[in-house]
Amino acid sequence: MRRREFLSSVGSVFSLGALSESTVSRAFAASEFVDLPFANGRRPLVAYPGKRPLIQLTARPPQLETPFEVFNEAVLTPNDAFFVRYHLADIPLSIDPEKFTLTIKGHVDRPMTLSLQELKSKFEPQEIVAVNQCSGNSRGFFEPRVAGGQLANGAMGNARWKGVSLRALLDRAGVQAGAKDVTFAGLDGPVLPETPDFAKALDLDHARDGDVMVAYAMNGEDLPWLNGYPLRLIVPGFYGTYWVKHLNEILVTDQSFEGYWIAKAYRVPNNNCFCTEPGQSGFASTPINRFNVRSFITNFKQNSSCRADVETTIRGIAFDGGFGVKQVLVSLDNGLNWRASMLGEDYGKYSFRPWQTVVQLPKGTHMIKVCATNNIGQSQPMQPLWNPPGYMRNCVETLQLHAV
Amino acid sequence: MSMLRQSLVILTLTLFGLGSSISLAKPLTYTLSDDEPALRVGPGSEVAQNNCLSCHSGDYIETQPPKQGAKFWEGEVNKMIKNYHAPISESDAKIIIDYLSNHY
Repeated sequence: MRRREFLSSVGSVFSLGALSESTVSRAFAASEFVDLPFANGRRPLVAYPGKRPLIQLTARPPQLETPFEVFNEAVLTPNDAFFVRYHLADIPLSIDPEKFTLTIKGHVDRPMTLSLQELKSKFEPQEIVAVNQCSGNSRGFFEPRVAGGQLANGAMGNARWKGVSLRALLDRAGVQAGAKDVTFAGLDGPVLPETPDFAKALDLDHARDGDVMVAYAMNGEDLPWLNGYPLRLIVPGFYGTYWVKHLNEILVTDQSFEGYWIAKAYRVPNNNCFCTEPGQSGFASTPINRFNVRSFITNFKQNSSCRADVETTIRGIAFDGGFGVKQVLVSLDNGLNWRASMLGEDYGKYSFRPWQTVVQLPKGTHMIKVCATNNIGQSQPMQPLWNPPGYMRNCVETLQLHAV
Repeated sequence: MSMLRQSLVILTLTLFGLGSSISLAKPLTYTLSDDEPALRVGPGSEVAQNNCLSCHSGDYIETQPPKQGAKFWEGEVNKMIKNYHAPISESDAKIIIDYLSNHY
């Protein structure tokens, strides 16, 4: 649904984030820049209302990347640091939580229009910790470079989502025999009416798997505005493109969804690696779906230093598409030898899994690699894989660390 | 409970309910900055500005990988026309592709 079909005629009363006019304009003024480690990687750090200064990829619509050091703060990414990704610039700027409704319709026995209050009071709440990651996270590292949002590794985040199971909603509505897909639309829309409105779909079995949910809270608070206030779809283990923000319409259909955002966009090569050789074209494609396995060191920046010959903790995070992280291996010699690390608290199979290992490094420069394996044996490639849209990068990361 | 008392309770609840719904019935708003980077100035920049920036900010262009050449930008402009139905005339598209490949 388009935002203006829903806009309340009443003017601004107060802002989420409670910033005065002057604070807002001051908050937007970028005073600092970061240089992401690829050509043309200079970005302003910009503080939007409700957000700390984040790496601004674009202003209209806003796209914000999380500075990587945030992932060393906590296993759950703070709401004010969570990345932001929009496709179309007509984003909702006024939402009345008393009037907002979620509609469930189509091939159901009992079409429903639920207020936020009804959603919170008439359904059993459910909580899940899950990573959301942009399909194009790390696109800026692709070689050869590809068009699209040039992101480093910060278009991901891990949060505790609270809401209602999509299965419970669909069961209450009564899905009819012959139903095939469930499609999702939000309040954001295109500037031009001719541009395909953002909508995504899941097949019915996936939609009813019990983990897919409609969230109204994130880390114990209302969803941040730019992360989809007041409702967003949570599709644990799946790329963020399915996590429809400002969700206000769920449509059950008896046909496969053929909309632009699945039929033409967000497609990957239909093979085991989801990859091609650069320049290759004419390959069969499939909609992007589950995360592959990734792992990162979070407590040292690239090309930083530590003390030589003393015990040093190296730590980080790992995650996958929902099978759970089994082990994280660390190499101190650029991949020749590998050692196990110790896994930290388990927040569930869709969450970041913290890991750490204690090392003692002799004086010199060390190439430290990290590689995770999940519970079904999937791991990370040593060399980056390539595809034309720049999706799904997950190669083993290497940290250059100087022991001094 | 007497009829009168019952009515009073109902009246009070109604007023309370009404009161709370009035006090809560406020739209929340969000403010976005209109601070956007300008396109690089040069032959064709005005045409690019008039077409491209009606749907998105200029940093969509500015942050692309540098010096990718005409084929790269032709692909991007055609994507905007074919996939997103940007109403860019054929002559403007050519000017924009030239401008982008010469300046980015």
